[in-house]
Amino acid sequence: MNRTLKKLGFWASVFVMVSPAVLVFLWMISLSLKNELDNTAFPPVFIPNPPTLKNYVDVFAQNNFGLYLWNSILVTGGAVLIGLIVGVPAGYGIARGKAHKFAILILVARMTPALSYLIPLFLLFQIMGLVGTISALVITHLVITIPIIVWIMIGYFENVPIELEDASRIDGATTWQAFRHVALPLAKPGIVVGGILAFIFSWNNFIFSVVLGGKASRTLPSAVYNSLTFEQISWGPLAAAALLVTLPVLLVTVIAQRQIVAGLSAGGLKDG
Amino acid sequence: MTSTSLPADLPGTAPSAAAASQDFTPRYWLFSLPAVLVIAAVIVFPWLFTLYMSGQDWKIGGGVEFVGLGNFAELAKDSRFLESMGHTAYFTILAVVLPIVFGTAAALIFHREFPCRGLLRTIFVMPMMATPVAVALVWTMMFHPQLGVLNYLLSLVGIGPSGWVYDPATVIPTLVMVEVWHWTPLVMLIVLGGLAGLPREPYESALIDGANDWHMFRHITLPLVWPFIMVAIVIRTIDALKVFDTIFVITQGGPGTASETLNIFLYLQAFQFYKIGYASAVVVIFFVIIIMLSLLLLYARQKSKWNA
Repeated sequence: MNRTLKKLGFWASVFVMVSPAVLVFLWMISLSLKNELDNTAFPPVFIPNPPTLKNYVDVFAQNNFGLYLWNSILVTGGAVLIGLIVGVPAGYGIARGKAHKFAILILVARMTPALSYLIPLFLLFQIMGLVGTISALVITHLVITIPIIVWIMIGYFENVPIELEDASRIDGATTWQAFRHVALPLAKPGIVVGGILAFIFSWNNFIFSVVLGGKASRTLPSAVYNSLTFEQISWGPLAAAALLVTLPVLLVTVIAQRQIVAGLSAGGLKDG
Repeated sequence: MTSTSLPADLPGTAPSAAAASQDFTPRYWLFSLPAVLVIAAVIVFPWLFTLYMSGQDWKIGGGVEFVGLGNFAELAKDSRFLESMGHTAYFTILAVVLPIVFGTAAALIFHREFPCRGLLRTIFVMPMMATPVAVALVWTMMFHPQLGVLNYLLSLVGIGPSGWVYDPATVIPTLVMVEVWHWTPLVMLIVLGGLAGLPREPYESALIDGANDWHMFRHITLPLVWPFIMVAIVIRTIDALKVFDTIFVITQGGPGTASETLNIFLYLQAFQFYKIGYASAVVVIFFVIIIMLSLLLLYARQKSKWNA
């Protein structure tokens, strides 16, 4: 009896813990599948009847969603790619050269609010005529991607035994070759984790695009915020757009959950 | 905590090679050079420029005038700024303590074996990855005073409608609720990582001594995972101080200025009023607060041998 009661209590606590996540996402889906009448009904309509995909069609048809999606792919793709090209060797150099002070500088960069980079970069881009361009956004998103990638790569390269590289150098390899053919393949899981986390935080970023993005260069998060206002209370398309923005990262999370968990524990902080 | 899979026997792993690893020549600097240049441009330059601007009065149209510590003196008298510091402190304390408590509890539960654990954990972790703006928009709809689903749910259990983010008294706790929903999973993951490495022996001997669940948690589990909880506290504190997206989207600092945190104040000064020098001074103060808090927490983390 006591055992059953304990078990019941355990499952009750599991239920209480998981339900907020489930409810919010289900409500988001529900809002996105209902017509406007049902979305503004009180008491609320929980099950879309009949469900409609009209909101999703509207998002693409009326709000330039395709362009903003493409912008997001360009900005995040560019920032992650440059982040990897620059950050992976840097992680290696810091790990092998034991450049702890430089590592701390990067950690401080992670801790500083995004807004603090934005004021000087905004002025700089204004002088250079870059405000409203995709390049400006890619450059600012480097503030997000490089620290994550470098910090995670330091951890991975520190786990690669230096003896393996030393052996290759005794066989005549240069430092670059030792990095390229010995350390790099072994740190592949780290590159995947760093890339995924950098992708997530860059994709989710809002503030850089709000300040620096022009009408044609906005990324998805700020475009959704800007183009669908609450004054019209068009909840259906708003929920559909919100769901579409977050869908890529949710898919990545579900697929690569194990790697993400390992990476976050290894020192990934969220962006902001 | 990283899992790098190494091939069991790579050819050429001679023990004598270890000697070569002793010399750390500048050859490794070259690997970091590109990153150093990029970081100097997008991170260090902004810091220095902000420091410079904090001593200037920036005029619309481009002129600057040196005012020394004038901006800081003005800030010290700006009641809106001082209030925003208070809001930030209130928000941060709640947004650190609650996720730490809930996240640790969740980690203890997910540490056990039970059916569908992997699936349920994935669902539990999903909010953390959701785009903050998307999440904020949906919460805003749920908070709607007349049409929101939350007030409807409250009415089902006989509680009157809450003002949620529309009432100055409840706006910050409500925003904290969103933050708790969003980031408790991160605390859970960090603490779960700590629980995974716990030794078995102390529990076995405690069981022989007749200790109950609470005693085992209080005297064995908590001291052993405390370093991980400290890591979570450090990360949560820094993250909570930085929260911008959710507050900006849900309330823009309102009603009135009731949820205007340092970040929102800073944003408005810089990009709405274009008081660049003034905003830069806020950044400098913000920066000092973050550095001091981080050092304090890192120090506490190193010192923390939990007294069981």
